[in-house]
Amino acid sequence: MEGIFGNLALGFIEVFKLQVITLGGMTMTLPFNIIMCLIGVILGTLIGVLPGIGPVATIAMLLPVTFNLAPIAALIMLAGIYYGAQYGGSTTAILVNLPGESSSVVTCLDGYQMARRGRAGPALATAAIGSFFAGCVATLVVAMFAPPLAEVALKFGPAEYFSLMVLGLVAAVVLAHGSVIKAICMVILGLLLGLVGTDVNSGVLRFAFGISEMADGIGFVTVAMGMFGICEIIANLEQKEHREVFTSKVGRLMPSKQDFKRMIAPILRGTALGSALGILPGGGALLASFGAYTLEKKVSKYSHEFGKGAIEGVAAPESANNAGAQTSFIPLLTLGIPSNAVMALMIGAMMIQGIAPGPQVMTERPQLFWGMIASMWVGNLMLVVLNLPLIGMWIKLLTVPYRYLYPSILLFMAIGVFSISNQPFDCFLMAIFGLLGYVCVKLGCEPAPMILGFILGPLMEENLRRAMLLSRGDPFVFVSPSKPISLGFLIAAAILLAIIAAPALRKKREAVFVEEK
Amino acid sequence: MGIKIKSQQDWWAGLMFIGFGLFFITFALGTPEFIDRIVGTKLIAGYQMGSSVRMGPAYFPVVLGGLLAFLGLLVLFDSIVEEGPDVAKFHFRPLLFVAVSSLAFAYLLKPLGLVLASVALVFISAFGGHEFKLKEVAIMSVVLVIFSVLVFVKALALPFPICPGFIDNCPIR
Repeated sequence: MEGIFGNLALGFIEVFKLQVITLGGMTMTLPFNIIMCLIGVILGTLIGVLPGIGPVATIAMLLPVTFNLAPIAALIMLAGIYYGAQYGGSTTAILVNLPGESSSVVTCLDGYQMARRGRAGPALATAAIGSFFAGCVATLVVAMFAPPLAEVALKFGPAEYFSLMVLGLVAAVVLAHGSVIKAICMVILGLLLGLVGTDVNSGVLRFAFGISEMADGIGFVTVAMGMFGICEIIANLEQKEHREVFTSKVGRLMPSKQDFKRMIAPILRGTALGSALGILPGGGALLASFGAYTLEKKVSKYSHEFGKGAIEGVAAPESANNAGAQTSFIPLLTLGIPSNAVMALMIGAMMIQGIAPGPQVMTERPQLFWGMIASMWVGNLMLVVLNLPLIGMWIKLLTVPYRYLYPSILLFMAIGVFSISNQPFDCFLMAIFGLLGYVCVKLGCEPAPMILGFILGPLMEENLRRAMLLSRGDPFVFVSPSKPISLGFLIAAAILLAIIAAPALRKKREAVFVEEK
Repeated sequence: MGIKIKSQQDWWAGLMFIGFGLFFITFALGTPEFIDRIVGTKLIAGYQMGSSVRMGPAYFPVVLGGLLAFLGLLVLFDSIVEEGPDVAKFHFRPLLFVAVSSLAFAYLLKPLGLVLASVALVFISAFGGHEFKLKEVAIMSVVLVIFSVLVFVKALALPFPICPGFIDNCPIR
């Protein structure tokens, strides 16, 4: 325990450190990291509130910009965007019945009903309180579980890494909507696209078609912006704009004494479940909020009120999605493996800074590691302040029509992608991937698993090659008893696949996703 | 015996995956010999396959491409067995204008500078929406140009030209 507090103290010192900054020709001494954290959570809340732009597109947009920042400042800001979006997403869900983020879909069910009964204020407050509590606990969870996990990860060989990635990809398939086969196809397509560029082992240029800009492969940011950003804008433009905002009366913010009594248990359960689900590869905020809502509906003695404005239906998923958002950093920080698209972008951010993600980050760069964890706690505190007293400001934003928003989003994306290599070619590729993403969505194939495959493609090939070389070409090395960890990962992956392939569960899974729509 | 496609969505998705799978296999292995003989020249060279101990650059892509094509076949098979949804309607207007606007920005940025490229992007993309109001779009582009020049070029120091290259003494630097 003492070690944790020592480490956290190190982190807090890093977060509040004064730095000499040169900005636009002026030199100033500022607590720069904390300012970046603030910028991150404000941006996160902003895009969380605005439907139609999510953390993936925003982080992708800002990646090239972070090139000029110190690694820790960049990562603190990007992390803030992700968990900040969980706060902002609930505001839109409660007031407009539109999820600002996919992870606040279930909050709509009861949050909006509370708002319709004139209890928007307590609903917003419950969401913020639950999120804050969950954020604090999840920070401690990260601090406690990351070091031992990293130690285990240091013993991983190529076989273990390969099997772990298989498990992660299978988990991504489980989380995808609709057909399982199509989701697997998207993962494989992502893996293949990830192989474009120079092969590290032989130096051969693969699938570059003589285009010199493709020698380094297709940029991850380019793909993410196209598949998520461009595709999302087009999808939004298809629909007629229609929003009914419940801004007239947010009412008293403070929940009543009875509200407090009723929210304690759901918040605790939501936090516990969210933290656990966030750690799983393929997990994160989305899975956590769904799981928590379902669990709460089963165990609560007020289950008959669910869907009609039960405060438990806001408290549990909102705590869970924030807890899940934060603990999903654990696989990234300890294993160097992203569990969802946002974490894949964080890997991109680390690589831009010349940091190889993996278990060695904690020992080689303790300031970075613990600073990032400490910043999560500080960021959560800022978010409570941003979201409760300043709620009126965010509500006003909801009235901005989409026709003002999307050209701005498009411009920032184009600037961001162009600046990666200062060549027009990347923007061209972005448009191509936007088109591909649009076609995929129309054909009922979700882009999220593809993105995960894309980032893991080269890593998987590398580890497969090494494992096969070490085992002299024996393909059973991954399941041999001498490698129990690798065997365990693959068994887990097989069980997951068997579960979703089973007809009974398949129906249930479809039902869950129907409810979401 | 006619085959009836019960799910248009799965039918096209299956074809797409088979196409991608074969595409990667072909480029990894090169064109088969009989095709080369017909054409009279080596069409696509391909990469070395290697062995399972020392995998060549073609090994992993060929395995994955084969898997993708196989699963695509399964999806295709599914589409004639199980009922499924139709392909949702394509909206070409937003698709076209959004894509063209980002291309216009990319290829105009270096010759014409950030200001004009941004204006082009905002105007072209605005045509993709439901309504186009000239005054609104004009105001929006002015605001966005000022913002991006200040933030991206001045503060973040991205190496973009602001003004067209052919104007010697541009008022804004």
